[in-house]
Amino acid sequence: MSGTDQGLFRAAVMNPAAAVPSSLRDGSGRPAGRRFAVYRNNVAVSLTEALAEDFPACRALLGDETFRAMAGAYLRQHPPASPLMARYGAELGAFMDAAPQLSRMRWIGDLARFEFALRDSYHAADATPLGAETLAAIPPESLPERRFGLAPSVRVLRSDWPVLSIWRRATEAGAPQAQPVPEDVLIARPAYDPEPHLLGPGDAAFVDALGAGAPLGEAAEAALAVAGAHDATAILTLLIQTRSLTEPEPRP
Amino acid sequence: MTTASELPAAPGVGYKPQHYSALLADPGAVQWLEIHAENYMGDGGRPIAQLRHLAERFPISVHGVGLSIGGETRPDPDHLARLKHLCDWLNPASFSEHLAWSTHDGAFLNDLLPLPYTERTVARVADHIDEVQEVLGRRMLLENPSSYLAFADSTMRETDFLRAVADRTGCGLLLDVNNVFVSATNLGLDARRYVEEFPMDRVGELHLGGHDEDHDDHGAPLLIDSHGRAVADPVWALLDEVLGHGGPAPLLIEWDTDVPDWPVLAAEAGRARHALARAAERAAA
Repeated sequence: MSGTDQGLFRAAVMNPAAAVPSSLRDGSGRPAGRRFAVYRNNVAVSLTEALAEDFPACRALLGDETFRAMAGAYLRQHPPASPLMARYGAELGAFMDAAPQLSRMRWIGDLARFEFALRDSYHAADATPLGAETLAAIPPESLPERRFGLAPSVRVLRSDWPVLSIWRRATEAGAPQAQPVPEDVLIARPAYDPEPHLLGPGDAAFVDALGAGAPLGEAAEAALAVAGAHDATAILTLLIQTRSLTEPEPRP
Repeated sequence: MTTASELPAAPGVGYKPQHYSALLADPGAVQWLEIHAENYMGDGGRPIAQLRHLAERFPISVHGVGLSIGGETRPDPDHLARLKHLCDWLNPASFSEHLAWSTHDGAFLNDLLPLPYTERTVARVADHIDEVQEVLGRRMLLENPSSYLAFADSTMRETDFLRAVADRTGCGLLLDVNNVFVSATNLGLDARRYVEEFPMDRVGELHLGGHDEDHDDHGAPLLIDSHGRAVADPVWALLDEVLGHGGPAPLLIEWDTDVPDWPVLAAEAGRARHALARAAERAAA
């Protein structure tokens, strides 16, 4: 077998219109014919199923047929870059952003990135959250200088679309119709199940600043710069309740 | 290096997260579990926590599906490092992979793809297994594939190929009895002869799974290794042949698609226990 035979095999597996490599036979030495379709089918179906399972809201809103057609195009342009199927689909949002046939659903890319972030959070490393007693013991006057870390499962998403409301509408019976407003979302994982929370104006900047190592006072200023007015109490409470705050990374 | 398999010669099942509670409440005949390595390479969360808990109760077999040992290039060092990390913290009773390739030029195709059997591919597969065993610091088991087609340039029988690789690397073998039945049916080979020729002294584990039935262009039966239903009766019969030649061995039931409720899978494990018990009686008689 020449060094490129697996390349030819792969090209033929990914393109149903391509000729079956001539070195492939049945048990009697005849051309392999539709026996090769078993591999074509295994690859396309298994990757499509993986995407369908991992992007249920996108699938529900696009419809099964449209979603599978999209997945079929995506898997040929973006086959998995590693055997970790949990990481598959990272570029699906950008792929759908650029798909002309989806130009009337301009929020679909954000929805895919949101669903990917949920899965990413699910597999993220565990962390020891800061206990209430640790937080209560911080003297109020030193709070602005206090730094925190964020649990590795925390994700912040900013959307020009009501991405969380669209997701709820797609996945929860009786969820209200989404209103046409931008939504920022915090994904937190108090134990093993990621849960999304709607963020107020400036909150995303606040959380990102904390995550980047800024002390609380600076994070509050970052939020103010975005929102004009910002009360850090609500977002700080949310982070504590969702076990999202940790001790900060040691500073060099 | 550790031995190739420290699994008990008893039934095991491929672990599915939806069975977590039912399995712990009543494992039935199941004495060990197999996991797909790639599903436990995340950084944390529920999958890792469940696996840690299960490993306190059951011997675990780590079964890789993504190392692409039959690939034209050496196994991806990043993936091998992830595998080493998993084996190091879990210290499984066995690690196994497939005689197949799945990655080409950085793209993972999520299927077990075939290779021709030649001296050249023996050397390549053996080199890759040497590297895997070196990095992991343990012997591995190599599994015979399901075949849907053959290569015009193959010069060796599959059993000779596997024996040559095992001799060269010291690796053990995982004999998938359903794969033998599927390949023999699809390629017009004699499954019993395959079993007679298989190097049973190398076998550290047996697999059983369900297959689907289709047909090729000429109307000939084409069996698909789907792992989506109960083990077929002729595969159970072939298992008896295998156990007659090799004696009792760790015996896994695989059910990966259309996964049934726990009692159905546990019943398959019960049937495996009977097959092992019958083989032990025959050996003692």
